[in-house]
Amino acid sequence: MNELSASSRIAYRAAMVRPGVARRIRGLSDRTLAWLFITPTIVLLLAINIFPLLWTIYLSFTNYRANRPNAPVIWLGADWYQSILTDPDVWAAMQVTAHFVIWTVVIETVIGFGLAFLIDKKFRGHGIWTTIILLPMMLSPAVVGNFWTFLYQPQIGLFNYVVAFFTGRDASSFQMLGDVKLSPWAIVIVDVWMWTPYVMLICLAGLRSIPDYIYEAAEVDRASKWRQFWSITLPMALPFIMLAVLFRGIENFKMFDMVNLLTGGGPGSTTEVASITLKRAAFESWRTGYSSAFAIILFVSVFGLANIYVKALNKVKSR
Amino acid sequence: MTSANTAHSVVEPSTGTRRLAGSIVVLYAIITMIPLVWIMLTAFKSPDDAISYPPKVTFKPSLEGFCNLFTTRSRQTPDFIRSLGPPQGLCDSIARSRNMVVAGPSNYAPRFVNSLIIAFGSTVLAVALGTLAAYGFSRFRVPLKGDLLFFILSTRMMPPIAVAIPIYLMYRTVGLSDTRLGMILLYTSVNVSLAVWLLKGFIDEIPREYEEAAMVDGYTRFQAFVKVVLPQATTGIAATAIFCLIFAWNEYAFAVLLTSGNAQTAPPFIPIIIGEGGQDWPAVAAGTTLFVVPIVVFTVLLRKHLLRGITFGAVRK
Repeated sequence: MNELSASSRIAYRAAMVRPGVARRIRGLSDRTLAWLFITPTIVLLLAINIFPLLWTIYLSFTNYRANRPNAPVIWLGADWYQSILTDPDVWAAMQVTAHFVIWTVVIETVIGFGLAFLIDKKFRGHGIWTTIILLPMMLSPAVVGNFWTFLYQPQIGLFNYVVAFFTGRDASSFQMLGDVKLSPWAIVIVDVWMWTPYVMLICLAGLRSIPDYIYEAAEVDRASKWRQFWSITLPMALPFIMLAVLFRGIENFKMFDMVNLLTGGGPGSTTEVASITLKRAAFESWRTGYSSAFAIILFVSVFGLANIYVKALNKVKSR
Repeated sequence: MTSANTAHSVVEPSTGTRRLAGSIVVLYAIITMIPLVWIMLTAFKSPDDAISYPPKVTFKPSLEGFCNLFTTRSRQTPDFIRSLGPPQGLCDSIARSRNMVVAGPSNYAPRFVNSLIIAFGSTVLAVALGTLAAYGFSRFRVPLKGDLLFFILSTRMMPPIAVAIPIYLMYRTVGLSDTRLGMILLYTSVNVSLAVWLLKGFIDEIPREYEEAAMVDGYTRFQAFVKVVLPQATTGIAATAIFCLIFAWNEYAFAVLLTSGNAQTAPPFIPIIIGEGGQDWPAVAAGTTLFVVPIVVFTVLLRKHLLRGITFGAVRK
């Protein structure tokens, strides 16, 4: 009782004071507090992300090599950029990356959406099975890459055994990771295994966001299930599907860890995605200037593609 | 599951549809689990069972993989082994049955500890910074707010290898290379963008009226933040922390490029566990199993917030 009257007295007094004055007498102003709260994060990101980025831009115009820190640094201008963009090896790496990104995204979207569509039927126990399906995407890509290497072993691996069992071929007659034709698909299979749940989860959110009354109206109008799927389900889930495609596309464009452990870019350079080319140039041949330029080109590409895609996404959303 | 279809709304799928959908999803779930279950089984196989053909589903369980994971062994002559006293512990007797003696602990335990320290350290930092920044962006009028938020997100778009080149040079100059502190700072910077975006979403959902009421009661803005907003945001903070923890725990690219011994975490270490004559698969599988179990637990704990976490808070339901 007493407390209540005390607080109401304060409230009364607070209401009597002009707002500006009130703020001044109650500790820090909102503006100071806002900067106090936000600055540490910005400072950290400037120190660990932006400063290094600027440094990379500088290095990309020089002949600097990280393994010879004392050698004189020569300004080269845009030489690296020119040589990278005309280098057939770089374009080969870009093609490998494109193959990987396009196939993984397409397969993951088809299977992921299909699964989400089925889970949305809310059969008994769908919650538990959904959680089980989600597990692969939470694992470390390094660990996943490593244990799939084991499954892909031609003599002892489970994958080869299962394929041999169903096709009648000899299990040691093919090498998923050692064959020029098969290895690009080997990395696609692992990525699909790992990341289909991710697409599924986002698509499921999309399907659940469609209100029931739209389907009810369609039923009243005697629209077939087929028609309902193409005219209601797919268009309304499209922004979510595109979001999943955007996230997977960016992530797989940057793909490094899983492929590095599965094939290391081999055999030859058949699975050498852009990040692996970059790693080889930067940390194996120590061409720091060259690899900095390559890093900037990759960053600009991701950034540019993502921006174009986000614009398209917003267009779909606002429809 | 009665046949009373009339009780449902017209859009409810029929029992038959549900059963069919259910069986396909369950089939997918089982197929997708096989690789994971297989690796966990392999952890308990003896090296001979692990590489047998056809692959063995039933086998005599053995702890040799775990022993090999945690110890280093050296090959000795049978005479020398006989001259030693009785084996000390289980691992020693397994090693002796293969004409080897345990020479000492392996590097797995220290790598695992590094993983723990770096993951928890960076999570605490990222969540602390992220909570403050998220509150700032959620409640105050910040100039260029949209641009700042986009800037924070865009730091995530850089390929890790591209970030690693200058970080490598920078850390070498300031003496942070291959240190836990260096890795904690690096992971914090990666995680803070996720933390800000996720937590801003969670804090946006807490009604402003709560703090305003508290401030009318004489709390300062800061007190209102600590005593009203933080308790309300506990779930969101916990979910965010688990996401940061999982990222830092799983990270491989930075770890393999920027650490070599002192601060190396488990992910770059597990793949290079080599036995005599090639990779020691049971030991690798044992290392993988120990490493993966916490993630499985966290995934179950986090299942309600997974969607939000993986889309940076873009999708909330």
